[in-house]
Amino acid sequence: MPETPVATSGAAAGSGAASASGAASASGAAIRLENLTKQYAGNPYPSVDNVTMEIRAGETVVFVGPSGGGKTTLLKMINRLIEPTSGRIRIDGEDVTDMDPVKLRRKIGYAIQSSGLFPHMTVAQNIALVPKMVGWSKSRVQDRVEEMLDLVGLDPGQFRGRYPRQLSGGQQQRVGVARALAADPPVLLMDEPFGAVDPITRDHLQDELIRLQHELHKTIVFVTHDFDEAIKLGDRIAVLRDRSHIAQFDTPEAILTNPADDFVSGFVGAGAALKRLNLTRVRDVEIADFPTVTVDDPLQDIFDKLRDSQGNELLLLDRHRRPYKWLRRGDLSRAKGSLARAGTLVHDTVTRDATLRDALEAVLIDNGGRVAVTGRRGEYTGVVDMATLMNSVQEMLEADRLEAAEHRSAGGLPEEGLEHPFVRDAGGPEGPA
Amino acid sequence: MNFWEYLGNRYQQLLADAFQHASAVFQCMVVATVLGVLIGVLTYRSEWAGNLATTAASGILTVPSLALIGLLIPLVGLGVAPTVIALVLYGLLPIVRNAIVGLRGVDPTLVDAARGIGMSRAAQLVRVELPLAWPPILTGIRVATQMLMGIAAIAAYASGPGLGNEIFRGISSLGSKNALNQVLAGTLGIVLLALLFDAVYVLVGRLTIPRGIRA
Repeated sequence: MPETPVATSGAAAGSGAASASGAASASGAAIRLENLTKQYAGNPYPSVDNVTMEIRAGETVVFVGPSGGGKTTLLKMINRLIEPTSGRIRIDGEDVTDMDPVKLRRKIGYAIQSSGLFPHMTVAQNIALVPKMVGWSKSRVQDRVEEMLDLVGLDPGQFRGRYPRQLSGGQQQRVGVARALAADPPVLLMDEPFGAVDPITRDHLQDELIRLQHELHKTIVFVTHDFDEAIKLGDRIAVLRDRSHIAQFDTPEAILTNPADDFVSGFVGAGAALKRLNLTRVRDVEIADFPTVTVDDPLQDIFDKLRDSQGNELLLLDRHRRPYKWLRRGDLSRAKGSLARAGTLVHDTVTRDATLRDALEAVLIDNGGRVAVTGRRGEYTGVVDMATLMNSVQEMLEADRLEAAEHRSAGGLPEEGLEHPFVRDAGGPEGPA
Repeated sequence: MNFWEYLGNRYQQLLADAFQHASAVFQCMVVATVLGVLIGVLTYRSEWAGNLATTAASGILTVPSLALIGLLIPLVGLGVAPTVIALVLYGLLPIVRNAIVGLRGVDPTLVDAARGIGMSRAAQLVRVELPLAWPPILTGIRVATQMLMGIAAIAAYASGPGLGNEIFRGISSLGSKNALNQVLAGTLGIVLLALLFDAVYVLVGRLTIPRGIRA
């Protein structure tokens, strides 16, 4: 993929500029959907049926559900690409249901599948569209284009003048996100934006989005049918069934450990516990200390330590305190006292930001059943082993279960009402007081 | 007198006719383009209106040009008026059809994106849909021009301007020594003009189709 080297260097250069401007940029706005319904003429059932939902400022909410379930319809009602038949939409408290939709949409970023870039405009022209429409000065627009390209990890000098078809799928998608964010909208709607790219690129783009959101704190509403994507990106996930009925609206943790019903657990799919590992970072679990020595220590000290250590094992660090070799008792004498030949090389380490899943992977591969955890510059900070992982996962699941139980007794889950939409109580648990 | 001598003798008259021919076709094409694109823009969103426009335009095309001009003479008289009306009407079909096909062929996700980022209806049309539909529309204009080149010759029947006069003069005096030369000069002149216009369209295409969508 030609984009990788450029993209990463651009991203590194760009993140500084972006965070500098990040302070001035508009962060998210709360969105409130009240009894939203969309009924198409000639259709016996509404496509979206009486949805009430509160999306907090600055959070990422993912709508996930089967195809044709109305999740895209629900998303498009937020910027009124589809006009609701009834119900209200409030953004930051302001009722936008009757405002001029063109003006509304200029305040809401919109990114769609296969990028939606206009092929007859250059990358810069595409990004400049919304800022120009809202009347920014020429120089401000130009600066903003550079800034946005930097932000999404594309080198402005190289990409500004290109046409969309001269970009890879992943690069197009980045430009699509840049265009959506160009006028600094508080809300960003994303309709399966990464649906059309290959899995590796998708993974990169998801990571990028997480990084962006970390800097920008927009309110993001994201539609996908990929539950793993939902878990990765969402602060909260709304699992939607037919007609956008909310089957469950909760944190990924709660949905994984405590699916509300068979529909949700069916959607979560097999391996919920494994997926749960993706949600926890190594820094969240107990990192054990391990006896260490460095290559500069006198041999005698190393011998002594080996004899004293209970596990019969030492971690040998290099001059920069990076994990270098695992040393067992006897390794040294077998290697006739040569550190260069003794022990087994450390071939895999994890950072504190790695997911538990990555850690588990590393532990499973390691023949000693543990992996060294490293800090920012690769220096040793501790060790995670199988027992620690198992304990942590058990605790985690237990905590999730407790929390979900509390949640449920507090009535936090939306209840499924009657089939007939008109008989149903308009509000539901989150309805207007 | 052979053909070359004939050309040498009459080149001033021929050039004037050729210029008038080209000018008539060009002006009628401008009108037909504006009208055709307008009709396309107004009708492409509706299934039946678009089909009606296309059918009506192709209906006109089935009327023999000589008959149409003949029918127009009692209504608008001789000369320029029937020529212009006939040429514009004949020129419409390819333009209307290609405008409708082109506008309908614009990727709906792009229109969705244009709407979604807050473009007004007019902006969607002018900034996204028409530029993307421009290559097929230009093709329609090109086809229409080729067609009008030939049809414009018939206009001489209604005392219209152009190289058709040369042809008609030749036909009406068949057997005289210059008859063949006249017909030949008129016909070749039209062919030459058509090729010239086509070359210009290639250039126009290079200049007006954005690089991002050029084939």
